[in-house]
Amino acid sequence: MPTVRDLRVRQGQVLLMAGTSKGVFLFAAGPKRDKWERGGPQFAGSPTYALGSANGNGQRLFAGVENPFYGPSLRWSDDLGATWSDETASTLKFPEGAGVSLKRIWQIVPGVENNTLYAGVEPSALFVSHDRGKSWELVRGLFDHPHREKWMPGNGGQCLHTVLPHPTDPDRITVAMSTGGVYRTEDGGKTWRPRNSGVRVDFMPEKFPEFGQCVHKVVRHPGRPETLFLQNHGGLYRSDDGGDSWHDIAKGVPSDFGFCMAIHPHDPDVVYIVPLEASLFRCTPEGKMRVYRTRDGGKSWEALSKGLPQKDANEVVLRDAMAVDRLDPAGVYFGTRSGKVYASADGGGSWSLVADSLPPVLCVRAVVIGDPAKIRVPHAKGAVRRGVAKLKSKAKAVAKKKPLRSAARKLTRAR
Amino acid sequence: MPVRVRLPAILRDLPGSRATVELAGRFDSVSDALDALWRVVPGVRDRVLTETGEVREHVQLFVGFESIRFTGGLATAVPEDAEIHIVPAVSGG
Repeated sequence: MPTVRDLRVRQGQVLLMAGTSKGVFLFAAGPKRDKWERGGPQFAGSPTYALGSANGNGQRLFAGVENPFYGPSLRWSDDLGATWSDETASTLKFPEGAGVSLKRIWQIVPGVENNTLYAGVEPSALFVSHDRGKSWELVRGLFDHPHREKWMPGNGGQCLHTVLPHPTDPDRITVAMSTGGVYRTEDGGKTWRPRNSGVRVDFMPEKFPEFGQCVHKVVRHPGRPETLFLQNHGGLYRSDDGGDSWHDIAKGVPSDFGFCMAIHPHDPDVVYIVPLEASLFRCTPEGKMRVYRTRDGGKSWEALSKGLPQKDANEVVLRDAMAVDRLDPAGVYFGTRSGKVYASADGGGSWSLVADSLPPVLCVRAVVIGDPAKIRVPHAKGAVRRGVAKLKSKAKAVAKKKPLRSAARKLTRAR
Repeated sequence: MPVRVRLPAILRDLPGSRATVELAGRFDSVSDALDALWRVVPGVRDRVLTETGEVREHVQLFVGFESIRFTGGLATAVPEDAEIHIVPAVSGG
C-alpha cells in the first residue's frame, strides 16, 4: 500500500478535497489560499466520484468510495479527513426487491433540515438519510417513476448526479440525471415531474422531448432559489421559474458543451463553467485551459486564463470537478482528468496550480473550517459582497412564509 | 412510400452515403431495412454494427421517435413510410 501522508487541518483554513480514480487527496491552506499542504491518498486505489460535507454537531466530511473489488460504500470523517468510517458504517444500498444494485455514489448533499442528507447514485436513484449518513432510505417516488425504464446511460453511466434541495422548503427537491434530465418534487419526494421544457437533445430524433435530456450539471444560489443554471450535453441554460422553463444563455462561449458548473457563494449572477470543444472531442478548445465566468446571470461570458496554460492544453474537467469556497473573495477550484488541481483565491481572476500528476480528478470540494464570515482574508482586493445582505433578507422572508416541515415524514409516506 | 434512413454527419463522407437514404420496398424489421441500407452504403455497416451483428454500444437506432432498445431491438417492425434514424448516443467521445 502507498504511504498515506497525514494532513492536520486547522480552524480558519480551507480544506480542498480532490476525489480521483485512485483515492482522495487532501490539501489545506490559510485564508490567503496561496500555499497548500498536501495529504493522502485516502482510500488508495478506489475511485471516488462524490465528496461532501455537512455541519451540525461538528463538521462531517463524506466520500462515496468505490472499491474496485468490493464495490461502493459511503464513508465519513469527523476529524477533517484524518480518519474515516469503515465500509459497514452506512446502509446506503438498494433494498431487497428493488431489482438493481448500487454501482456508484455520485452526489452527497446536505438537506435543509438538521442531520438530513441526500445521495444521488447510479443506477439513477435518490436516497435520503436523517441521521447524518448512517441509515438511508430509497426515495421510492422517483425510483418507481414510469419514466425510469427509458432513462439511458451516458458515457459516465446512468447516474443521478445533481441534488438541489430547496433552501427554505424541504418538500421541494430538484434532481438531474444523465440521461433523463431534470425532475422536481414539491411534496417531499412522493411525486416527481420532469422539468426540461426548452432543453435541447441532440442525440434523439425528437429535439425537445419531455424527458431524456443529458443534463450534465445544474446549480443555484440559495439566496435566489428559483433561478437555476444548467450545463447540458450541448447547451447552456437558465431558468427563473425553478426549472419550469429554460432559455439558452450560450452566447459568448467557444462551445456550449461541457460538464462542470459552479455558482459564486455570494453573488447569484456569477457562474463558472469550463467549455469543451464538442461531444466528439471533449477537450478544452484551441488547446487553451480557460474557465468562463458570467457576472450578469448569463447575458455575457468572459474567459479567465491568468495563470492557466494557454498552449497545448487538451484538458477535461468533469461534472463535479469544480467547486467554490465561502470566503470573501471566494475561492474557485477545479481538477482535470490529467491530474492537475487549480485554485483561484480571487473569484477566478487569477489561478495557481495546487497539485500536478494526480490520478484523473473526478470531483473537487472545498470546505472552510470555521465560520467563513469571521475569517479575514489578508490583502483581499475587491471583495464581492454585491447584494448579499439583500438576498439574505429575502431568503429569511421566504422562510417565514413557509415554515419548515418534516421531509422525513413525507419521504417515508412516499414509499 | 419508401423507408427513409437518416444518417449522422460523421457517416456521410463514406462512399455512396448522404444525409437521407431512401429504401424502396417493404421491410419486416429494422434488421431487414439495414440489410438494404448496407447494399447502398456498404461502409456504414461496420460503423453501426459489431462483427457479431450487435448495434454498437454508442450508436442508437430509432424508428420514428422510438428507440429500438425499447421496442424489440433489430427485430422491431418497420412501418411502410417509417423513418429510421441512426444517431450517435449520448455517450462516447
